[in-house]
Amino acid sequence: MTVAATNRFGSPADLEQAREEIRRRTRPAARSVRVCIGTGCAAKGSRRLYDLFRQAAHEAGGGLIAVEAVKCVGCHGLCERGPIVVVQPGDVLYQQVEEPDVPEVFRETVVGGRVVERLLYQDPATKARARTAAEIPFYKAQQRIVLAHNGEIDPRSIDDYIAFGGYSALAKALSAMTPEQVLEEVEKSGLRGRGGGGFPTGRKWRSCREAHGQPKYVICNGDEGDPGAFMDRSVMEGNPHSVIEGMIIGAYAIGSSQGYIYVRNEYPLAVEHLREAIGQARERGLLGRDILGSGFDFDIRINRGGGAFVCGESTALMASLEGRPGEPRAKYVHTVEHGLWDKPTNLNNVETWANVPAIINRGGDWLASIGTAKSKGTKVFSLVGNVVNTGLIEVPMGITLRQIIFGIGGGVEDGKAFKAVQTGGPSGGCIPARFLDTPVDFDELTRLGSMMGSGGMIVMDEDTCMVNVARYFLNFLREESCGKCTPCREGLAQMLHVLDRITHGKGEAGDVERLEEMADLLAGTALCALGKTAANPVLSTVRHFRDEYDAHIVDRRCPAKECRGLFRYAIEAEKCKACGICKKNCPADAITGAKKVAHVIDQAKCTLCGTCFDKCPFDAILKV
Amino acid sequence: MSEQASNLDKLASLQPTEAEVTAFLDASRVSPESNLIGVLQAVQERFGFLPAAALRQASRRMRIPLSRIYGVVSFYAQFYTEPHGRHTVRCCRGTACHVRGGKKVIQAVGDALNLDDGETSEDMMFSFETVACLGACALSPVVVIDGAYYGKVTPRRIQTVLSRIIADESKREDGK
Repeated sequence: MTVAATNRFGSPADLEQAREEIRRRTRPAARSVRVCIGTGCAAKGSRRLYDLFRQAAHEAGGGLIAVEAVKCVGCHGLCERGPIVVVQPGDVLYQQVEEPDVPEVFRETVVGGRVVERLLYQDPATKARARTAAEIPFYKAQQRIVLAHNGEIDPRSIDDYIAFGGYSALAKALSAMTPEQVLEEVEKSGLRGRGGGGFPTGRKWRSCREAHGQPKYVICNGDEGDPGAFMDRSVMEGNPHSVIEGMIIGAYAIGSSQGYIYVRNEYPLAVEHLREAIGQARERGLLGRDILGSGFDFDIRINRGGGAFVCGESTALMASLEGRPGEPRAKYVHTVEHGLWDKPTNLNNVETWANVPAIINRGGDWLASIGTAKSKGTKVFSLVGNVVNTGLIEVPMGITLRQIIFGIGGGVEDGKAFKAVQTGGPSGGCIPARFLDTPVDFDELTRLGSMMGSGGMIVMDEDTCMVNVARYFLNFLREESCGKCTPCREGLAQMLHVLDRITHGKGEAGDVERLEEMADLLAGTALCALGKTAANPVLSTVRHFRDEYDAHIVDRRCPAKECRGLFRYAIEAEKCKACGICKKNCPADAITGAKKVAHVIDQAKCTLCGTCFDKCPFDAILKV
Repeated sequence: MSEQASNLDKLASLQPTEAEVTAFLDASRVSPESNLIGVLQAVQERFGFLPAAALRQASRRMRIPLSRIYGVVSFYAQFYTEPHGRHTVRCCRGTACHVRGGKKVIQAVGDALNLDDGETSEDMMFSFETVACLGACALSPVVVIDGAYYGKVTPRRIQTVLSRIIADESKREDGK
């Protein structure tokens, strides 16, 4: 290991030779254990599992399994069933592994090659056990390019990345392609920005390349702020070198020698892994001067965000990089011409950069063969909310919402009915059940009044009030608005005021039209995308769920029974066991009843606080 | 000593001396070329918050007006100009957490600590804040206490966790 660490690759041939050596050294690994240490699994104690497996390997004496063959890997995606452990031989995927399971897994599977049935994934419907990831429905419909090696490689080891073919795209670009050819390949691939806007990546690169002014900068936007989205987090944590390799290739095509990665401060593990990866890449001569002996210089710095959602907007992000408050500016002057420090700057999102190595290795035509007419390749989504299999998925563009939510996601949790799926974060919208068969791509989602966004996909069940969802997003954006331009600062507050009124049962006739009018104003006059798209959650819910708005305003009723005061509580006599818990806890003394007599709520006294609903052990309290 | 006076003493003892600030900024080689936000982050990591002395010194060293530094500090949610509690409880108010009952969890934490969003308890034991999204949506609703993630929490479970921390703290106090 130490010998290799001092090895600086002076040429692509050096890199290939090192790759062969690493592969010889680490393969064939007949026995290995891969423990997921993504945030989801780590929160359930997977780091401890890793230690225990290492210890077991150590105690077994090394002859059977090398201690190094126990490794930590990035997110597998199936966070719902974490911690995930994958064992060779057999590629056996164990889920919900706990500390006491370690000795058994080690003895049976690692040593004995036998499967521990009870830790295998079990299909909730058919009760069939799945041995490997490929047998689990969650993975079947997926196509993984960006996440291809997440869950296979150790994010802290550049050797591991190299063993899986890492930096071969960089070597190819630098030694066999001109910057123009790299650009053409990316243009041919049809790749569009994965951060939300969907701007053609190749065109952006070309504009920056052709812009006047030196130096030029490339930026990786890792300020993933959309609530309900964690795709970029998993890529930065699980495969940081893929992002770095993409950036170096992009910088070569554009003619930049300095890059920045801007990461949210809420993602400490991503920062740690990226930092280590950059250090390793520098040591090997993959960053810095004269990369792989090509004469091309490029280096990357990491900047951490300060907890401001608006910094995900490109001009705000650049202001933040310059050490200023993250306030956006008008974009009639493009950042590819005047960006960071007023120099030509190319900014792409994490997932966009991570697509680049595969495009160079396999060709633009290959990526263009996947997806729909205008949206090429795959997209990573975080599938969350009221869905059975929450987690991270990567699917080809053009797959339907139904395939994603019901095929991969396993449907709505607790057997409830599907109401809507929210895509595109706070700039997106809610899509109702009748559009479930819509193919997912940039243009189709926009047509439905939502957008692709960065890839958050939040499933909402029948108990979710859509007016309240709109209110939630508007409140979020009002808090995150930087306050620079008046339409956003004042407009959002006014819209929220109206929505507050509606959800409190004080809506007035014409409120929906008022909201629409203000939404129109915002879209036309706000300075940046945050403000321009801020009304989308309101507009899309008005468009698809107008009846819910009317129920709130006209009937003073919340159909989903979520808005307090717009529904009542009652006790179902057959279910009530007269235990007295609700009566004891009611702060308004509104519940009457005696031993063995079903209790009753006095509606005149009830303050609708919901305490009885939460406390009842028999689910006898109903929302009516 | 009254409880209030003892709390004030505690607060005063959390303020670093001018010399400590100087030593730290010297060691981090703060100059006009440094990145302001990076400097502020480093200072906060060292002292737990941004002491006024450090902001004044950074202003001189970086030749940036103090007012502009204050503009940056107050813009970003993660900078604190007041000392922070020994334990930081961060509740996620992201969409995924919201649709899975995150609001009730936030309320329960606030009630248990008797704090509003952004407040620190007088005894400096807890700071409570809500975060736009922690990016751990598969675990929703999520609470992070001192960097440790608690997933799929219920109001009851998080109250149990908090009571345990409070019990540990009082044991520690008694041990002194």
